[in-house]
Amino acid sequence: MTALDELVAKGQRIAAHRPVPRAIVDTTVWERATQALANSGAILLGLWGERDAAHMALRDADNGAIAVLSLACPDGHFPSVGAQHPPAIRLERAMRDLHGLIADGARDARPWLDHGKWEHSRPDARAPYDYRTAEGDGLHRVLVGPVHAGIIEPGHFRFHAGGETIVRLEERLGYVHKGIEGLMVGADLARGAQLAGRASGDSTVAYAFAFARAAEAALGVATPPRAVWLRALMAEIERLANHFGDIGAICNDASFALMHAHTGVLRERVLRAADAAFGHRFMRDCIVPGGVAHDLDENGRAAISRLVAEARQRFPALIALYDDTASLQDRTVGAGYLKSELARQYGAGGYVGRASGRNFDARRDLTYAPYDQLRFAVPSRADGDVNARVWIRIREAEQSLDLMEQILDRLPTGMTRVKLPRNGGEGLALVEGFRGEILVWLRLGSDSTIARCHLRDPSWFQWPLLEAAIEGNIVADFPLCNKSFNCSYSGHDL
Amino acid sequence: MRKHIFQGLIRAPLTEAAPVADDAATAELAGTLERAARRRLGRSLSIRAVDAGSCNGCELEMHALNNAFYDLERFGLRFVASPRHADVLLVTGPLTRNMREALQRTWCATPDPKWVVAVGDCAADGGMFADSPACVPGGVGATVPVDLRIRGCPPRPIELLKGLLALLQQQA
Repeated sequence: MTALDELVAKGQRIAAHRPVPRAIVDTTVWERATQALANSGAILLGLWGERDAAHMALRDADNGAIAVLSLACPDGHFPSVGAQHPPAIRLERAMRDLHGLIADGARDARPWLDHGKWEHSRPDARAPYDYRTAEGDGLHRVLVGPVHAGIIEPGHFRFHAGGETIVRLEERLGYVHKGIEGLMVGADLARGAQLAGRASGDSTVAYAFAFARAAEAALGVATPPRAVWLRALMAEIERLANHFGDIGAICNDASFALMHAHTGVLRERVLRAADAAFGHRFMRDCIVPGGVAHDLDENGRAAISRLVAEARQRFPALIALYDDTASLQDRTVGAGYLKSELARQYGAGGYVGRASGRNFDARRDLTYAPYDQLRFAVPSRADGDVNARVWIRIREAEQSLDLMEQILDRLPTGMTRVKLPRNGGEGLALVEGFRGEILVWLRLGSDSTIARCHLRDPSWFQWPLLEAAIEGNIVADFPLCNKSFNCSYSGHDL
Repeated sequence: MRKHIFQGLIRAPLTEAAPVADDAATAELAGTLERAARRRLGRSLSIRAVDAGSCNGCELEMHALNNAFYDLERFGLRFVASPRHADVLLVTGPLTRNMREALQRTWCATPDPKWVVAVGDCAADGGMFADSPACVPGGVGATVPVDLRIRGCPPRPIELLKGLLALLQQQA
């Protein structure tokens, strides 16, 4: 019996929770779980609240088992996880903002998503925000955002710099908080899927995929095989489009516009193929609980085959272009270095983790259909800089092309959607989006309306690492480093 | 790198090449949009994007306007880095309460004459987030005067182009 199993066994199991166990535990077990996180026995997958309970999802570092632990908080208090395990700090701050739950012993009790602008804002959120500072001879501050110079999402960045060198970056997020989880409460599954698909526009497929899997787990529904494979096809198309876009955008932030122009063409080709195949450039609302809303016809299949052929023809020349341009690598190599210890501690997913030695991919390590039947490699590196994050994307894009071909070759026939029963249940799902694994946790009432839904974007465990990776870089390299992380604002702020 | 640049010189441009519906519509827009823009603003229209709570989907399609297929700058339309350089604000998202002040300040920083285009279903009327207590009641239109709404979730790049043309014709 492993550490996490033991903790679950000490609590009261919730039978309706699928497919992984959930147990209601007492404070002692909660604190032992916190210890396990702090001493690397477990990875934090999520920490969220509701009015009178706190929940944490963990993954056992030894055997990869996943479980959810819940602690009743009738008085609105729970023992802080972040006090011993820093990746939980911002999650705890958000729990207080959204549900009034107070983390006892927390190191940082400042508001996070609450900017004092809501009708029911915390009183202390209405006071000026208490930014961190840095002191030293000749240090100056650079304040950026929330409205940025490019076409980017809003967030505030506050740099302390000595000359050009950054000594401290502090992020302030929450500007695009739209209350998605609040709107979920009482919604039916169809609306829930649409809301989930609007958590982060670039990951609309991955979010809808995760939401659908969580809903199907809660209801105990088997998804038709053809729908499962089509979902993966969409997920790989989405990954490809984002990686092409990112590779160009990173190079563009190093003033190498040529790459941006070429990958921009490839990205547009991907979006047009998605449009031809599934009727929407981002495939929004195409994945629904119970299956998919849009089947693939022969024209769509042909459009994707043409896309794969063209990408295979054009992409190698662009990889060579990146590899052969020393002036570009002069900017990307060594910039924005992220230590592997931090990537591991934060359980950083996606290219951020995999470029810093954390070889984890939910498609392989928490495998789900149809990836358990597909062949693919998970590239990883240890050099942890902007260059490494570019290469991870390049290698993943190649893998996605491979996967798309495999899926088209073996796509099962049959129906693409089943009718859902109306009953209650609880479900958890993790799906590998292009920037890392997305967690969706769902509790349905007896008429299968949503009682509580939590969406955890991979960015929660990547944004704090950007603050660390940027230290010692020059201010002018921030856009480059930031783009190489490409964290989501909307997915984080919800 | 030289190879890519040489190929760029000898290959036909993507923008005009493919005779599919979208590209044809883009080419058709080129003439009218240019004439209308000249009449109103001489030769160009500068656009500033403001994300007021979007999911980032609309931003991705605005980015696409700059790719070789849509090539926004050939119309004299370009994205600028500051509201002080802008003629048009393209506002996306349902307007979260946390972004209201930033949107107001951006609007105030934009010199007259100026126009506001609400991009996407969220900016048009709040979309799926209209009832959220985290969003401003009435959305973008209740906070800054909106001249045009371009619907879609998100609108396709070609629809964004058509919308900008409609704005120019309305104002001309």
